[in-house]
Amino acid sequence: MLIQLIRAAWRSRGFIVSSVRREFAARYGNSLLGSAWAVINPLAMVAVYMLIFSQVMQARLPGETGTLAYGIFLCAGILSWGLFSEIIQRGMTVFLDHANLLKKMNFPRICLPLIVLLNAGMNFAIIYGLFLLLLLVTGNFPGAYLLAMLPVLAILCVFALGLGIVAGVLNVFFRDAGQFFGILLQFWFWFTPIVYPLSILPEAIRPIVLANPLTPLMLSQQAIALGQGWPQWSALVAPALCATLALVVALALFRRRADEIVDEL
Amino acid sequence: MSHTVEVIGLGKAYRHYPNRWSRLAEWLLPFGGPRHQQSWALRDVSFTVSPGEAVGIVGFNGAGKSTLLRIITGTTRATEGEVRLHGRVAALLELGMGFHGEFTGRQNVMMNGQLLGLERAELEELMPAIEDFAEIGAYFDEPLRTYSSGMAMRLAFSLATARRPELLIVDEALSVGDAYFQHKSFSRIREFREQGTTLLIVSHDRLSIQALCDRAILLHEGRLLREGEPEIVMDFYHALMADRTFAHIRQELNAQGVVQTTSGTGEATIVSVTLQNAGGATTDAAKVGEEVVMSVRFRVHVDLPTLVVGLMIKDRLGHEMFGINSHRLSIPIENLAAGSEHVFRLRFVMNLGEGHYSVTTALTRSDAHVDRTYEWRDRALIFYVINVAHPRFVGCNWLAPVASLDAPDAAGRVADATGS
Repeated sequence: MLIQLIRAAWRSRGFIVSSVRREFAARYGNSLLGSAWAVINPLAMVAVYMLIFSQVMQARLPGETGTLAYGIFLCAGILSWGLFSEIIQRGMTVFLDHANLLKKMNFPRICLPLIVLLNAGMNFAIIYGLFLLLLLVTGNFPGAYLLAMLPVLAILCVFALGLGIVAGVLNVFFRDAGQFFGILLQFWFWFTPIVYPLSILPEAIRPIVLANPLTPLMLSQQAIALGQGWPQWSALVAPALCATLALVVALALFRRRADEIVDEL
Repeated sequence: MSHTVEVIGLGKAYRHYPNRWSRLAEWLLPFGGPRHQQSWALRDVSFTVSPGEAVGIVGFNGAGKSTLLRIITGTTRATEGEVRLHGRVAALLELGMGFHGEFTGRQNVMMNGQLLGLERAELEELMPAIEDFAEIGAYFDEPLRTYSSGMAMRLAFSLATARRPELLIVDEALSVGDAYFQHKSFSRIREFREQGTTLLIVSHDRLSIQALCDRAILLHEGRLLREGEPEIVMDFYHALMADRTFAHIRQELNAQGVVQTTSGTGEATIVSVTLQNAGGATTDAAKVGEEVVMSVRFRVHVDLPTLVVGLMIKDRLGHEMFGINSHRLSIPIENLAAGSEHVFRLRFVMNLGEGHYSVTTALTRSDAHVDRTYEWRDRALIFYVINVAHPRFVGCNWLAPVASLDAPDAAGRVADATGS
């Protein structure tokens, strides 16, 4: 089943690649500065986190001495979260957004979530690239530790893709799914150590946050960006299992309901 | 020889849930059984299409035509039965191909072309031809949202037919095009037909079905009601339009070996329709320019206050050549007694071109055919027109021209034809 899906997606790779490219271009199609916005926007965002929090608000990270430490911590978390939530949110509406195409052309429908994944991945690559550039300029470049990002991001993407497909399929049949996932993401964000370090949490809440499968992923991302060392590999097993489970459930749901989706649009 | 399309026992049911919660209940409760009602949009539909054949699908809105085409193209999955296809398929389903509004025509061609199974390099090679055929000018590089529906259709048709497919499926798409593009696309379809493309077309237009198709299929309420020669199926379809319950529609072979379609409430019926030539002999072949009489003999079964006899002559493609009725000719037919027979005669000069023609008759209560139709009969008479007395000409009628030529005089001047 998985092999069939992968094979179908591979046959449509031309369509997937063009779609990603066009969607990226279309976002800036009507603007004067064009794709420059693709750089200006994330640059502004990174600048806000880095400068406002560390310089203006003088926020300090416990246990770190650098003035930029909190800004780096914040960026590593928020940018990774941005990737995660973008895949889920876009996945949620991907079938509804492409209703017209689904009704008129016969193509492997699994292409649509993959386009979402690649698009979000590309946005993340741009913004994270800028962030890393900033680290390099300020002398905070984490060096070889960056390699550890690959497995961490892979787990993050698989997890988000699974949840995105589930949300997307459910949303076709029950529009409540969209509302529900919106609220879920809000809570999830605040129950993940992204804007705050784990150490400042009150004892009562800490077990909840530790049980969150995103927590080890975010902690790893932050540790990597701060150059604190390699992630705790054993802590990544639970998130990896969660991600796999999410993807299996998603593919099963997708396979069962794929034909019904078109009838419902 | 294998078929291009094989449709076997096809059925499609859409699910209807009594309320929003019942679908959730059906999904979540494993042993709760189904909680939806099925409504069949299509049921028990089977037919085959041979390579190179052109088949027209007709039927009212909601008869299941689009559902059928969607299942054949694979965008919708059938509930039961199956479809087997052989060869490359290009489909144009209802206005366009799901183009993306923000992307330009060129970008959409590139993306949807890849979904049609064309390679990127192939598309780049075909792009000038696609742009050329669509004839939408500078709009080709404008976002699709700025297009009119006709322009989107032009683009879609141009892309779908950029490479000759083995099977071309067209769902009423052509009806949004202007006359110019319709003509252009029809000639491309004809060209493909000659090269062996199989055609499956949905249309409400009798002329395009009869001009393009070898066979027609009539769908009614999700079922295949009639299949056969386009002319006969279209006659039945038109009778169905006047009488949705088809209680009174009959199709039967008459003495001439012609399938006649009759419908109506039956208070009066046609006994015979005949054509007499100048000598008074009954014939089925008239000469161009000959004076003929067409006689419609009808019988009245109950007392009727008024009756109007209508006649329509159509050519072999169903083009209407001439039609008129007794009311418009100021022949009142009133106070008819039950059991009586009457003959309505029309004397005219046969100025039609060579070919064969059919006569449709209508016995109605008043001038308007929708008011009450006692009997409507397609192909009540088939006759031929042959040309013996006049020079050979083409077209559907003889205009009796008088020809002359003004040669230049000695000074090289030609007399002004208007005489001024």
